[in-house]
Parts: sequence; C-alpha cells; structure tokens
Amino acid sequence: MSTATALTTLAAGTDTGTGEAVVFWLLAPIAVLASFGMLFSKKAVHSALMLAATMLCLAVLYIAQDAPFLGVVQVVVYTGAVMMLFLFVLMLVGVDSGDSLVETLRGQRVAAVLAALGFGALLIFSLGDAVVTNTGLDEANSDGNVQDLANLIFSRYVFAFEVTSALLITAALGAMILAHRERHEHRPNQRELSEQRFRSGIHPAPLPGPGVYARHNAVDTPALLPDGSPAEVSLSRVLIARGDVRRSPGAELAVPGDDENAHLSGGDDG
Amino acid sequence: MNYVYLSALLFSIGAAGVLLRRNAIVVFMCVELMLNATNLAFVAFARMQGNLDGQVIAFFVMVVAAAEVVIGLAIIVTIFRTRRSTSVDGANLLKY
Repeated sequence: MSTATALTTLAAGTDTGTGEAVVFWLLAPIAVLASFGMLFSKKAVHSALMLAATMLCLAVLYIAQDAPFLGVVQVVVYTGAVMMLFLFVLMLVGVDSGDSLVETLRGQRVAAVLAALGFGALLIFSLGDAVVTNTGLDEANSDGNVQDLANLIFSRYVFAFEVTSALLITAALGAMILAHRERHEHRPNQRELSEQRFRSGIHPAPLPGPGVYARHNAVDTPALLPDGSPAEVSLSRVLIARGDVRRSPGAELAVPGDDENAHLSGGDDG
Repeated sequence: MNYVYLSALLFSIGAAGVLLRRNAIVVFMCVELMLNATNLAFVAFARMQGNLDGQVIAFFVMVVAAAEVVIGLAIIVTIFRTRRSTSVDGANLLKY
C-alpha cells in the first residue's frame, strides 16, 4: 500500500510521463525545423505551409498538456481561419511578390541575427534559474477542461470576455473600412476599353494563346513567334513567376549551332 | 519545463524573422509564430501552477491574435493596392 502511494506521488512529481516525453521529443524538433523553414524559405506560400505545420505541432502539444480545448481551438482558429486568411491575401497580392534580398541597411542582417541569438540565449539561460513546481492540472480540471475553463471565463474573466466582443466587432469594421475602395471615376465600359486598346496600339488583338505554332498547346508552353523565338506574353504571369514554364520544343529549331538542330537538318537532307 | 524552453526558442526564431524578412506577409507570419510561442508558455505555466488562468489568458491571446491578423492583412492589402509591393521597405512616406 505504502509503495503504491509512494509510486503515485513519484509519478505526480515527475515532469512528464513517458508517452508525453515521446510526443514532445517527436513534435518539438518538427516545430523548430518548420519554423526555421518558415524563416528561410524564399516563397511566401512555403512559409505559410511551414507555419501551419508548426501550429499543428503546437496544437498537439497543448492537448498533451491537459489543454484539449485550447488544442482544438488552435487547430480551428490558427490552422483553419488565420492560415486561410494568409493564403487568401497571398493569392490577392500575387505569388510572384518575392522577397528582395538586397540589404538596404548595411549590417542589418548580421545585427538582426545577433540580436535574435542574444535574446534567445537570455531567455533560455534565465529560465535555468527558475524554480519549477509541477502541480499538474488534475485538480483544476476535475469537472473536465471545457467546463472548468467556461467557469473561469464566465465568472472571473467575464469583463475581459465582453471587451473581447467589442474588439472583434471593431476588427471586423476596421477590416471592412480598410479593404473598401471608393470608386471616384466611373467604371470604363467595354466600348471605352476597346477604344483605349486600339489607341495604345500595343495589342489591339487579344494576347496570343499559349502553344500556338509550338508542338504542344499546354498552358505552360509559350507560343512561337514567326522567327521561332518563344513569346513571353502568351503565358500566364503566375506561371512565369512560379518558374513552371516549359521550354517550347519548337524553339530549339531556331537555335543555330544546336546539336539537335543539326541532327534534324541532317535528317531532312537524307 | 521543456515546453518553456521550446517556447523561448520559437519566440526567438519569430523575432529573428521579424528582423530579417522584408516581405510584410512573412513578417506577419513571424509575429504569429511569436504569439503562438507565448501561448505555449502560458499553457505550460498553467500546468505548473495547477490552475487554469494561464489557459484562459492563452484563449484571449488567440482571440486578440485573430483580430490582429484581420486588421494587419487588411492594411497589407491596402498598402499593396497603392504601392504595388508588399515589401516593408516600400512604405516609407511617414519616415521623416
């Protein structure tokens, strides 16, 4: 009997159980690697996906720490709503809005890395002195995590909760005002657009479709101009920005001195 | 306690991202990462102290972060509309 109680007190006093340790050491490196990936990936879409991975890892870690409600809210709010908003704005802004790698302030990058390293070291080494008690949430969660959280939110924190509703309404209004655009001039109709197109004289006709006079007519194959060079305007701007453009097979015929070209012309002779 | 170390590490990575990156959307993602790291610390502290106040605070942080994302992204879209760029170097009209 006494050994059993001693074991239970020992188990309550230890930091983490074995299963939780496994979960932590599995997910924490993934979270850290994904956040480094978010920091270093060149395309904003990749950063967004890496951030979503980090947030999912954190959600599982919340659940492992007796916070199942927060874990579910993390998945719904962060990886659902917030990341969706990020991807939506990325779509609005355009996938080709890359980061400029030119340093505008001299030494800023080195200073930033030093500042971040110093800040992290300060945090982590100061934590080493902290006195840690591990009470555990079994007592606080006695009615179930959601019920106990609700008891707290609607009693002690009810004013903060009400203020939060005001904050959300203000945020929704602000977003509507910021994203709204007043149109001062009248919208050009089709006739005016057509006249403007002919006046500018650059492209009176529609832009060439992809793959015209090339061997493929897939959307990622540029059309060929009469001199055999690929026409950039025939491709979608997004495909060019993503680097998904296939070289037109017909374009090789126009390149003088190309091996394939010589082979083809030799075949013609024979 | 390991959770708090992880939280400190993630917060530092987010801070480095805010200082290093130039694309406003990526900077915003790094701010989100910092908020998430603080949430992890709140949840860990709630468990250490044995009461749920930390989890309630983390919940409010999530709500405020959601509102902040909405406003911030609306501002980024507005800046992009006028300047055709999301680089944080571009918005310099209030500089002097």
